[in-house]
Amino acid sequence: MNLRGFYTLLYKELLRFYKVGFQTLLAPVLTALLYLLVFGHVLEEHVQVFPGVRYTAFLIPGLTMMAVLQNAFANSSSSLIQSKITGNLIFVLMTPLSHVEFFLAFVLAAVVRGVVVGAGVYIAALAFIPLPIHSVPVLLMFAVLASAALATLGIIAGLWADKFDQLAGFQNFIIMPLTFLSGVFYSIHSLPVFWQTLSHFNPFFYMIDGFRYGFFGVSDVSPLRGFAVVLLALTLLSALTLELLRRGYKIRS
Amino acid sequence: MPREGRSPKRPPSVNEASFAVAIRGVHKRYRSVHALKGIDLDIQRGEFFGLLGPNGAGKSTLINILAGLARMDAGSVAVLGHDVVRDYRAARRALGVVPQELVYDPFFSVREVLRLQAGYFGLGRENNAWVEELLQALMLTDKAEANMRSLSGGMKRRVLVAQALVHRPPVVVLDEPTAGVDVELRRSLWQFIQRLHGEGHTIVLTTHYLEEAEALCERIAILDRGEVIALDSKQGLLARGLDSVMFTVRTENPLTQLPATLENKVKQRRGNELVLQLHRRNDTIADVVDALRAHGAVITDLHTEKPDLEDVFLELTRKERRP
Repeated sequence: MNLRGFYTLLYKELLRFYKVGFQTLLAPVLTALLYLLVFGHVLEEHVQVFPGVRYTAFLIPGLTMMAVLQNAFANSSSSLIQSKITGNLIFVLMTPLSHVEFFLAFVLAAVVRGVVVGAGVYIAALAFIPLPIHSVPVLLMFAVLASAALATLGIIAGLWADKFDQLAGFQNFIIMPLTFLSGVFYSIHSLPVFWQTLSHFNPFFYMIDGFRYGFFGVSDVSPLRGFAVVLLALTLLSALTLELLRRGYKIRS
Repeated sequence: MPREGRSPKRPPSVNEASFAVAIRGVHKRYRSVHALKGIDLDIQRGEFFGLLGPNGAGKSTLINILAGLARMDAGSVAVLGHDVVRDYRAARRALGVVPQELVYDPFFSVREVLRLQAGYFGLGRENNAWVEELLQALMLTDKAEANMRSLSGGMKRRVLVAQALVHRPPVVVLDEPTAGVDVELRRSLWQFIQRLHGEGHTIVLTTHYLEEAEALCERIAILDRGEVIALDSKQGLLARGLDSVMFTVRTENPLTQLPATLENKVKQRRGNELVLQLHRRNDTIADVVDALRAHGAVITDLHTEKPDLEDVFLELTRKERRP
C-alpha cells in the first residue's frame, strides 16, 4: 500500500476544506442554529415528542446529524467535481495511488468535516439549552458510519455529475428530501401509518434515530437495528463506489 | 482505475524492459472513432523522441494511455519494462507527464502543490530539497507562496513542468509544452528540457512547432489518424525530402493563371509570390521559368530552398489523405 500517498491525499482533502473554513465549517453551523432558533421558538410550547424532553432539546440531535450528513456529502462531491471540471484530477490519477487509497482518503476527509461541523452545531446549541449525552460511543459510531455513507454517496455523485447543475440536482432532489423526511424535526410515530412504513425504508431515518438514542437513550427503533441498517447501507454504497473508481467511471476514458 | 491485483503480474520480456517506453499493438476506440489503430513504437532509454501529428492524430490519446488516464482496448504499454496496467504503480513512478492543458488546483500555493504531488508518489520531507531545486531551476522561487490562481499562464506552465518532475521520473513526456508560450519562455523551457536530457532523462515531446522538433529531437514518429505513418531519425526524415526542392518566384504582378504543367507543384501562393515544390531530377528550373514567362509572368526575384521538417511532415500527412 502507498501509505504516504494515501496520507497525502487525505491531508490535501482536509487542507482544502480548512482553507475555506468560513464556508465549509462556520456557515453550516450557523444554518443549523437558525433552524434551531426558528423551529425551537415556534414549536417549543406546542410539541413534545419524547416524554420529559423539550422540543428544542429533541431538535438538536436531528439538526446536528443533518449537518453531519450534508457536510460529509458536500465535501467528497464538491472536491471531486471541482477537480474534474478544472481538470486537476489528473494530478491524482497519474500517481501510484490505488482506487482503494483514493476512496479511503476521500471518505475519511468527508467524515472529519462532517464530525467537526456536527460538534460545532452541538457546542453552539449548548448556549441555548443544556443537552447531556447518554452515550458518547453510540453518538460517535452513528456519526462516523453515517458520514462515511454520505461521503460514498458524494463520491458517486461527483463521479456521475458532469456539471455543478447536475450535482445540485443530486443534492436537492435526493439528499435533501431523504434528510428532511427522516425525522429531523419529528418522531415518525407522529406520522400517518403509510409515511411511518415508508420511513423505515429510508436509511437516513436510522442514522438520525440512532444518533438521537446517543443523546436520550430513547429512539423510535432499536439502536441495534439502526446500527445494522446504517452498516449495511455503508457497505453497499462502499462496494458500489469502489467498483466505479476501479473502472475509472467518467474519470479515465 | 486500473484493475490492479486482478491478473498476475507478467514479467516484462527482455525486449520490453530494455526500452524506456514499449508500445505494442495499441488500439483505442471512442464509440465509432478508431482513435488508435494498432500502434507499435519503441522509445530507447535516454532518447529525445518527438511525437508529431496533426490535430486528432491520436497523440494525446496515446499519452493518456501511457499515463493511465485512458484505457486501451487492446495491446500493451510498458514504461521501463513496467506494464502501465498490471504494474501501474512502478510504471507511474517511472513517468512524469506535463499535460497540454493549463490545469491547476486553485486552493493551493505553488510550494504546496509540489509537495503534495511528491507525497502522492510516497515521498516526504526528504524530497523538499528537490522541490526547492525545481522551484529555482524553473524560476519560481519568488512565487513559491503565491496561490496558483494568481500566476500568469507562463508561470502556470512552469509549475506543470515542475509537477511532472517532482518524483524524479526517468521518463518525461511533454505534451505541447510550449503551446501559447512567449518566445523567451519557450527558449528557457527548451534549455531546461535539454538539460534534463543531458542528465539522462528520456524525453518524449509532442509539439505543433516543427522547428522545435527539428531542433531538439533525435528520432521522430509521425502519427496520422491513429497510425504511425513515419518513424525515423530526424536526418532520415529530412532525407525523405531530398528529392524535392522548394522554388520561390516573385513576379511583378500576381499570377492569375498558371501553366497546366505547374498546377500540381504549387505549395503556396501569396500575392505575387509563388512557391513550387519541384522534383530534383525530373524538373529543371529553366523549364519552369520558361513556362512562367510564356504565360506572361515578369519575374523579379527567385530562389531555392531545401525542404525542412515541416515540408516533410506536410508531404507525409498529405499523402495519407490521398485516396
